[in-house]
Amino acid sequence: MKAFWNRFSRSRSAVVGLAFFALVVIVALAGPRFFPGGPFQLVAKPFLAPGDGYLFGTDMLGRDVTAGLVYGARTSLVIGLTSTAIAILIGALVGGIAGYYGRWVDEALMRWTEIFQTIPFFIFAILLVAVLAPSVKSVIFAIAVVSWPPMSRLVRGEFMAMRSREFVEACIGMGMSDARVIFVHILPNCLSPVIVTGSLMVATAILTESALSFLGLSDPNLMSWGFMVGAGREFLQRAPWLCAIPGAAILLTVLAINLIGEGLSDALNPRLRQL
Amino acid sequence: MSAAETVLEVRSLTVDLPEGADRRHAVADVSFELHRNEILCLVGESGSGKSVTSRAIMGLLAHGVRASSGEILFRGEDLLRATPKRMRELRGSRISMIFQEPMTALNPLKRVGDQVDEVIAVHTGTPKAKRIERIVELFDAVQLPEPRRLLRSFPHQLSGGQRQRAMIAMALALEPAILIADEPTTALDVTTQAQILALIHRIQGERHMGVLFITHDFGVVSEIADRVAVMQSGKIVETGSAPQVLGAPRHPYTRSLIAAIPSLVPKERKRAADAPALLSAIALEKSYRSGGSLLGGKDHRVVHAAKRIDLTVHRGETLGLVGESGSGKSTVARCIARLAEADGGRILLGDVDLRPLSRRELRPYRRRIQMVFQDPYGSLNPRRTVGQLIAEGPMVHGMREREAMAKASSLLELVGMDPRAVGRYPHEFSGGQRQRIGIARALALDPEVLVADEPVSALDVSIQAQVLKLLADIRDRLHLTMLFITHDLRVAAQVCDTIAVMRYGEIVEHGATAEVFRNPQNAYTRELLAAVPGKELGMATGIDRGGAEASA
Repeated sequence: MKAFWNRFSRSRSAVVGLAFFALVVIVALAGPRFFPGGPFQLVAKPFLAPGDGYLFGTDMLGRDVTAGLVYGARTSLVIGLTSTAIAILIGALVGGIAGYYGRWVDEALMRWTEIFQTIPFFIFAILLVAVLAPSVKSVIFAIAVVSWPPMSRLVRGEFMAMRSREFVEACIGMGMSDARVIFVHILPNCLSPVIVTGSLMVATAILTESALSFLGLSDPNLMSWGFMVGAGREFLQRAPWLCAIPGAAILLTVLAINLIGEGLSDALNPRLRQL
Repeated sequence: MSAAETVLEVRSLTVDLPEGADRRHAVADVSFELHRNEILCLVGESGSGKSVTSRAIMGLLAHGVRASSGEILFRGEDLLRATPKRMRELRGSRISMIFQEPMTALNPLKRVGDQVDEVIAVHTGTPKAKRIERIVELFDAVQLPEPRRLLRSFPHQLSGGQRQRAMIAMALALEPAILIADEPTTALDVTTQAQILALIHRIQGERHMGVLFITHDFGVVSEIADRVAVMQSGKIVETGSAPQVLGAPRHPYTRSLIAAIPSLVPKERKRAADAPALLSAIALEKSYRSGGSLLGGKDHRVVHAAKRIDLTVHRGETLGLVGESGSGKSTVARCIARLAEADGGRILLGDVDLRPLSRRELRPYRRRIQMVFQDPYGSLNPRRTVGQLIAEGPMVHGMREREAMAKASSLLELVGMDPRAVGRYPHEFSGGQRQRIGIARALALDPEVLVADEPVSALDVSIQAQVLKLLADIRDRLHLTMLFITHDLRVAAQVCDTIAVMRYGEIVEHGATAEVFRNPQNAYTRELLAAVPGKELGMATGIDRGGAEASA
């Protein structure tokens, strides 16, 4: 673990990314305490510029932009992390089974995966949310459904390579069950690429959630960054900060996660590790 | 060779490794001379620095590896101080090189003829038509069939031996003064190897080149070398004429290496006469299909890896399955261990037919047949400790963890390792040690039959000798029955009681090892035996084998 941290911290940008992401997590966890009224409470006159009594000013209805950011962080993280977790689970399961068993199982599962991959993912997500009625659950579900296929292809490739390795044959030769071979022996050896790709998927999920709420296709009872950008865009000339501030939050968070992902990739890549 | 002209002189060459490597110099203070019209063999085990030396001469050292001192004189010109432009002029025209893996040394997207043509075009202004004539001539010289057709072939359409011939033709294109051959036959089958060695020998004689031949195999050395330089950990420990080094080696390391070469004379072993048959395959069939898909479509190719294979191993006996790559020997082993599903026939263990059993029904029989694999790196899960790896088998079959771990420790001791290794990970061990761990893992289930698939072919010769000794030892102590797959007839001679020779998925000869070696019936068996390099080695050399082994 210590060696891992040493390798990770060798990249300064990865550490900066991790620090910023940690800040977002802390804000999301602790922030709402400072805004007991919630993000939708009207606190002052509309269109107060940033710094004018309120750190990031107020919006067209007089809501505190800072409160919106804090609650929005919560929404983004919850949706980003949960949907990615579900996507990894589905992807690893489908890809793992396809790669391990091969033959017709592989053919069937991969054709099924391709059906999902042929539909443009954002349109598919819009469609799912529209059909299911916008709510946190349906947004998470929609994002997970559109983002598992690349994960399943990745895991399938890793499993196929591992399947023919001699240590896996040795396990089968000892009479181990398939489940044990898959979960105890193969999966831990595939974790590095899964973690790296997964971390980048969180960033994409946050972007997708923002885009959905920008279009108004998110839970109307939850404040989110995308919603703030969407609501502020009509007043872009009069109050540019209404779009710029949540937009910057999205940008920086996604950037931070990408930096972490790259740092993980460098730290977990066994070929680079030898150098 | 008294007035031999020196074409290449290496003077106290030292090559540094990057910081953090396990030693400071890849090559330390190495000096030797290569004369015109001779073959100098640079011999050593993996990590001895022999390949680095050849790369240094060509100016092809990897990043971070640097020649720090010494001189490499090509006809008086120091190559270490030559400009990159000058090196490009020399490479391929005055000094050329052939590599171990002809498939990766040729560009897969270019026709073979064009690749050879490129070498000539880059270095000379010969017009195209003349160049083609020259290539055809070269292909003829390296005995490639139908040279004009091969000009237009892609590398994958050639066999391994043909690719190596094409590489040699390319290397010869501009009549170099020096040919460097880096393990050119290691990736080839033994019969192909014999042909390529003969070819290199003939061409060297005709063109009076100086050949620097790098190899790990003393058999090859004895076939081809005029002079020999033996390398150990970056230093040359012994130089001399081939008969002298092979026949009367002075340095203890050379002695131990030569003594470690398994003899071609089969070992006589007391056999339990008329022991009952323990394992047999009857009319075993297996073919591989490629192509085809879910929606039907035709199978493109069917390869019969095993055609009606019949073989029997008696209790306590070791059967060697011998053959070249693609002969189907591994397929048969994998079918018997039920790692591949045979298409037809019977696999009898005692009197139970294993083939029709489902995986669940098979489980109680699995532990009776265990496998030892070839690759000491790929056959151990890198994320499990050695203890877990060994103890896991018994635990899957219901043993308690504490007992299993205790068993793992005692098995490690049995295979000659420190039992404290249980808590460490496979990457902390050398190839030979890992192979010992693999053997311990196979033994953990108390098997009756051990299927060993090329268990020593990835190991250096001195390690190979130790692992073979261990296997023979364990077999005798635990009364194991063994199915031993190998391409190496020397190894087979030392380990096997009976051997079955396979070719194209069929057993062409089957009999007691001593009998098959003394009086081979099948033409292919005779060809295989004749192709073993350095047959006289390890038979009646003047070396005290026992003494040399002790010093190893």
